[in-house]
Amino acid sequence: MHIQESSYREPLIIGRKDYKQITDDVCKGVEGKPNKYWYIAFTISFLGLLWYIGCVSYTIGRGIGTWGLNRTVDWAWDITNFVWWVGIGHAGTLISAILLLFRQKWRLSINRSAEAMTIFAVICAAMFPIIHMGRPWLFLWVFPLPNQFGSLWVNFNSPLLWDVFAISTYFTVSLVFWYVGLIPDFATIRDRAITPMRKKIYRALSFGWSGKAKDWARFEEVSLVLAGLATPLVLSVHTIVSMDFATSVIPGWHTTIFPPYFVAGAIFSGFAMVLTLLIIMRKVMSLESYITIKHIEYMNIIIIVTGSIVGVAYLTELFISWYSGVEYEQYAFINRATGPYWWAYWSMMTCNVVTPQLFWFRAIRTNLTATFIISIFVNIGMWFERFVIIVTSIHRDYLPANWSMFHPTFVDIGIYVGSIGLFFTCFLLFARFFPVIAQSELKTIVKSSADHHKSNH
Amino acid sequence: MKRVHYGIYDDEEILLSAVKQLKSKNWNIKEVYTPFPVHGLEHALGYKHTRLSTASFIYGLTGLSLGMLMTWYMLIQDWPINIGGKPNFTFADNFTSFIPVLFELTIFCAAHGMVLSFLIVCGLFPGAKESNPIPETTSHLFAIELDDNNANAEEVNQILLSTKAIEVKTLERD
Repeated sequence: MHIQESSYREPLIIGRKDYKQITDDVCKGVEGKPNKYWYIAFTISFLGLLWYIGCVSYTIGRGIGTWGLNRTVDWAWDITNFVWWVGIGHAGTLISAILLLFRQKWRLSINRSAEAMTIFAVICAAMFPIIHMGRPWLFLWVFPLPNQFGSLWVNFNSPLLWDVFAISTYFTVSLVFWYVGLIPDFATIRDRAITPMRKKIYRALSFGWSGKAKDWARFEEVSLVLAGLATPLVLSVHTIVSMDFATSVIPGWHTTIFPPYFVAGAIFSGFAMVLTLLIIMRKVMSLESYITIKHIEYMNIIIIVTGSIVGVAYLTELFISWYSGVEYEQYAFINRATGPYWWAYWSMMTCNVVTPQLFWFRAIRTNLTATFIISIFVNIGMWFERFVIIVTSIHRDYLPANWSMFHPTFVDIGIYVGSIGLFFTCFLLFARFFPVIAQSELKTIVKSSADHHKSNH
Repeated sequence: MKRVHYGIYDDEEILLSAVKQLKSKNWNIKEVYTPFPVHGLEHALGYKHTRLSTASFIYGLTGLSLGMLMTWYMLIQDWPINIGGKPNFTFADNFTSFIPVLFELTIFCAAHGMVLSFLIVCGLFPGAKESNPIPETTSHLFAIELDDNNANAEEVNQILLSTKAIEVKTLERD
């Protein structure tokens, strides 16, 4: 019945792991007590979250004037952070949906935590457009709701409105995709629970899942169709985010290359963040048998591919601005590379184009320390990419009298750093209370891809 | 109260061949509990393929139609807005810039409609009580629930053991 893989293919589960052992290993994180690293990380993240709440409250109380925006640079860190977080949120669905359609078995050890990361990243992202409205209590106006003004409807021609639909669809669909996968795993924890409290909580979370043959058949169908729906969805989301810029008439923004370039960039930054988190998580939660060096290597290969696409896109932008013959377009790009923000541009180039190329060397892409450092570089580079696109394109507009620089205030910095605190607080809670590996689905590949089954043949 | 017999297995391949053997001997398999999806089990049990994907397609079409109705009503019928002097008085003129919203609504309805249908047909909701009698079947064991066909308990247990069950259990259930 099971399909034996080629013995040349490296195993995806290391060690003698039978079904019972996999359950024990995955449930250990939920059933045991967290170690001191978890408490230290949680304390730091939670302080970040408190700082975030403080700065957001201050922004809402005093207004957007607390940020470093001015009349020339009227979009800066808020949108940079928004696009950065949405991009990070792309890896989860990519791993679970696209890799499911391509039947990539290595997705199974990492899809759960990558999807969790997607959801938390989209929450962080969605906060930025809401707080930058200035009057966030009116955020319901972005939805087409009947109102007292006519009704005055939203403008369906606007990419900003497309964003509302794209992000809300992406968030809710990712959430149910993640949750449907979690149901059988919650049931496992429920059936092993010793304390009545744990039994009660996981009974509620598992929705009464019993593992009947018919339910599993439906489960598989739902996973497959959701993957089929989520694949074009994930590509549409960053396409639409890029159209926020591409449909404008700002030199440096209105380029037709933006949609594919943003999608590749999103996958690139998403995988970098997955690597940053998983390299720590596999160590702290002792999941080295499941998230193997091979998994890290596969992700690094995706980083080279998407990083190179991003690099080609940067060069294409430069070429097209020269080739267009439009003075303002040309100036926008010369100013990026040599103007007052040259350091941001060259940080972006170094982090996104140069460092990932090191992964061509097998020794580097299978080295955890090197991967971790490069993944941090990519995270930083991708933040600079959005900063460069947004701020350097608008800080010198058509009238030199309007030229200006952007200086972030402590509120800008607080909201950005704090949003990382929000993200890590959510992720650490997830790692503590949720099964971090999709163990039910992982068990389906034990016979074909686990170490001891492969060596038997 | 009714007597139900369970054959417990520790391997999905043995389970699958047990199901096939029992089926060929006309035993009435009431249910099979597994910790993960076992390929071929649905077929061996003679279940019909689920129609959830068809349902999803219909939900998607519904989302698309509702989206077209909404955009047409709001921006063409009820309150047309002149944006940059671009033609905006017919749906056909504006359709291209409605595509992103229509696409998202299609996916939204297809995905959520299908997941809701899945939860309803499987009887899953917060607070529902699980019905697997042997708790280990969500972790590492597999169980076949057999109707005794008016045979005596000994005979049922024998047939289950002959299919390489590691253990047989008889429970009283409602």
